Amino acid sequence: MAQAQIPISHDMSVVPENHPKAWRWYHYFTFNTDHKVIGIQYLVFSFVFYLIGGLMAVVMRTELYTPDPDVIDPNLYNALLTNHGTIMIFGWIVPAAIGGFGNYLVPLMIGARDMAFPRLNALAFWLLPPAGLLLLGSFLFGGAQAGWTAYPPLSLITAPMAQSMWCLSIVLAGTSSILGAVNFIVTMAKLRVPSMPWDKMPLFCWAMLATSILTLLSTPVLAIGLILLLFDINFGTSFYKPDAGGNVIIYQHLFWFYSHPAVYLMILPIFGIMSEVIPVHARKPIFGYRAILSSSMVICFVGLFVWVHHMFTSGTPPWMRMFFTISTLIVAVPTGVKIFSWTATLWGGKIRYTSAMLFAIGLLIMFVVGGLSGVTLGTAPVDVHVHDTYYVVAHFHYVLFGGSVFGLYAGIYHWFPKMTGRMLNETLGKIHFVLTLIGANITFLPMHVLGTQGMPRRVAMYDPQFTTLNQICTIGAFILAFSVVPFLINVIWSWRWGPKAGGNPWQALTLEWTTDSPPLIENWHQLPVLTHGPYDYGKQRAEV
Amino acid sequence: MQRIPTAIWTLTVGVLVTLVAIWVGNHVSLFPEQASAQAPLVDDFFKLMLMIATALFLLVAGTILIFAVQFRRRPGEEGDGVPIEGDFALEAYWTLIPAVIVIVLGVYSVQVFTEMGGFAVGGGGGNHLLMGHQHSATAHLVSDEGESSRPKYGFGGSGEPDVTVTVTGMQYAWIFNYPEGIVSGELHIPVHKTVQLNIKSADVIHSFWVPQFRLKQDAIPGQDTVLRFTATKVGDYPVVCAELCGAYHGAMRTRVHVHTQEDYEKWLAENLAAQNPDMASTVAVNTDHQ
Ligand code: HEM
Ligand SMILES: [Cu+2]
Ligand SMILES: [Cu+2]
Repeated sequence: MAQAQIPISHDMSVVPENHPKAWRWYHYFTFNTDHKVIGIQYLVFSFVFYLIGGLMAVVMRTELYTPDPDVIDPNLYNALLTNHGTIMIFGWIVPAAIGGFGNYLVPLMIGARDMAFPRLNALAFWLLPPAGLLLLGSFLFGGAQAGWTAYPPLSLITAPMAQSMWCLSIVLAGTSSILGAVNFIVTMAKLRVPSMPWDKMPLFCWAMLATSILTLLSTPVLAIGLILLLFDINFGTSFYKPDAGGNVIIYQHLFWFYSHPAVYLMILPIFGIMSEVIPVHARKPIFGYRAILSSSMVICFVGLFVWVHHMFTSGTPPWMRMFFTISTLIVAVPTGVKIFSWTATLWGGKIRYTSAMLFAIGLLIMFVVGGLSGVTLGTAPVDVHVHDTYYVVAHFHYVLFGGSVFGLYAGIYHWFPKMTGRMLNETLGKIHFVLTLIGANITFLPMHVLGTQGMPRRVAMYDPQFTTLNQICTIGAFILAFSVVPFLINVIWSWRWGPKAGGNPWQALTLEWTTDSPPLIENWHQLPVLTHGPYDYGKQRAEV
Repeated sequence: MQRIPTAIWTLTVGVLVTLVAIWVGNHVSLFPEQASAQAPLVDDFFKLMLMIATALFLLVAGTILIFAVQFRRRPGEEGDGVPIEGDFALEAYWTLIPAVIVIVLGVYSVQVFTEMGGFAVGGGGGNHLLMGHQHSATAHLVSDEGESSRPKYGFGGSGEPDVTVTVTGMQYAWIFNYPEGIVSGELHIPVHKTVQLNIKSADVIHSFWVPQFRLKQDAIPGQDTVLRFTATKVGDYPVVCAELCGAYHGAMRTRVHVHTQEDYEKWLAENLAAQNPDMASTVAVNTDHQ
């Protein structure tokens, strides 16, 4: 197979003797081109933003403890709401799952020394801090208040300066994703070790491939939508101004054409993480390798044809509502295939209850709930009732919180030893898991009822009849906020003093475990040769 | 002890799960009372989905938990599990089952949607009616939009509705214009009559939602929408704005009063007398009885 047509900086096979073995801490604050440094930069950046976004959520939930808007001003509530949603998506899941895990793992998993375009990679990361600063800085101008969806005309008339900063911030983040996506596709196509055919590539890499394709197809559309919005706000154009011949529905199509696939784009890498973590800790080959990788591809394709289900009650002609009901329901099938495959992987295993595995199983359960409520939302008649209510908030937090937070924690517990060379403390990890699982369900389960009973979303005040359920949600949110504490202690303590991990503490079979922990700068002294598949547990294997 | 055959286990579990699912579907009601002809359609559909969801949840979550316990690594155990990589029949089976469920739900939802009037938007009825009013004495009140755009979006129906009201959403209130020249801050309608709302927005997007009717339709600036329904129960219900429309979005609430026919006519008569039709389109009067 033709490999390595793209020249990278060093000799492909052997690292020269005088090469530095590891980076120092300050290298993590520079324009470093090592994919591992960039991966960790992404992870730390996104975790900081997760904490900021989480803080916003706690303030919102505190406000919602009582029916009246008595804790914060309703304008501020909307600003927090908008930035919470935006940060969680563009500052947390996307950078952590795609940027963080993707950059760290893809080259290691395919036996490459780095990404195909290391400088582009660093550039993609360094677009994010300014994007984050723009977003946080917008609070000085009142904060964007039109929700993370920023529908015009509302977004045209409230806080124009803050809204413009919001648009620019998302366009920067989107550019970063596009650069990253190109890099992933080329890296996987060109830099796999010669002994690794496509069908021996780990499923995480397949998930990243599907994600990258989806990013390339959908992100530019969002950028266009937002740039037009920016023009409408600042330069007197009227793409979305109804009184000047514009059309507000066009924006919704442009927005959701990106933002619905974005949901899969966030969740596919996490599915990838699941497909790595479960086999290792269950000591079983993944069940249905092909089924899982093709379901990623089907999700990636069908995902492009479902965006209108966000617009059933908006300006959507009847035939479209039906077309999109059907296409939306279809996505449930490949998603189900994945869930069943992971479940079947557990069968006959020898499951180790590490924190990573607990979070993976927690994700499965959360995701089943979120997926089932998603099916009800996908059908237009029910969606008409519950659209824009807390039922939707419940659903997408089961999917996004359940999916992202559980999946990313599973990934962190699993790969932390590789990244830092040290093990995390399992007891703290288990406390963290229990608090997160309980907190998440107390917070989000009652929201289903709130929504169907009549509480709309994005409100700082609500009818007194909903008080009790809201108070339960708020208490859950406090538990969730607290659940981060054992995790933070664990990470900080273990990073410095944790027991040494060694190259392969979990006896895993993918390539990243064949090098030191943490891996040396060019990943391997000598590029590895594939002697077995990524999931050949329980089979006769040649020892490496 | 003799081993119990798998078939019996499967059967027992199947029956139990089915029973629980049916019980949940019939006893867990997440929805508020039903007050429109559309509501039972939506609720029955949801009930079916709730049963299916309960059954699937029990099966999948149950399987996960059982496997998780059964196949845990016992102390002192070393080595790997059995190397099963896949099973075509099994995979085909669990692709087909959800596919069938999903197709059934898809077809059912098209049918429910048709019955709800989702396909008759801007059909003969609504348009005909608007033209009818154009010739009547109160034409200026119904057609003050001045444009010929007929609604393309929403829920319609065939034939003429019994009552037509123009609803305008604005930050942060709903204004209801009656063809008779009445302007009100709350919606008054007769029970068991087809009502058509022509929904407009004066500024940003709002969304007209009556949870007890299970109906919702956005008010879109520059593009009128319709919502046609029949209220089936006398009473008053909240009208909620469901689309973020600014800081006081959560306070954009009013009520819909469903009257008996006589009460409705009484309300009409009282308000016709009380309101000066010339001011109708500029002033919103709260016409609550208190
Ligand atoms: C840490 C615990 C979390 C809590 C307590 C929480 C709570 C909330 C609350 C109260 C809202 C406002 C709902 C409304 O008024 O409509 C909200 C909105 C939202 N949340 Fe979270 N959330 C959490 C985590 C997350 C995560 C991890 C994600 C995504 C990865 C996320 C994504 C969103 C989005 C997209 C919105 C919608 C924003 C909008 O309507 O514009 N949240 N969340
Ligand atoms: Cu409103
Ligand atoms: Cu509103």
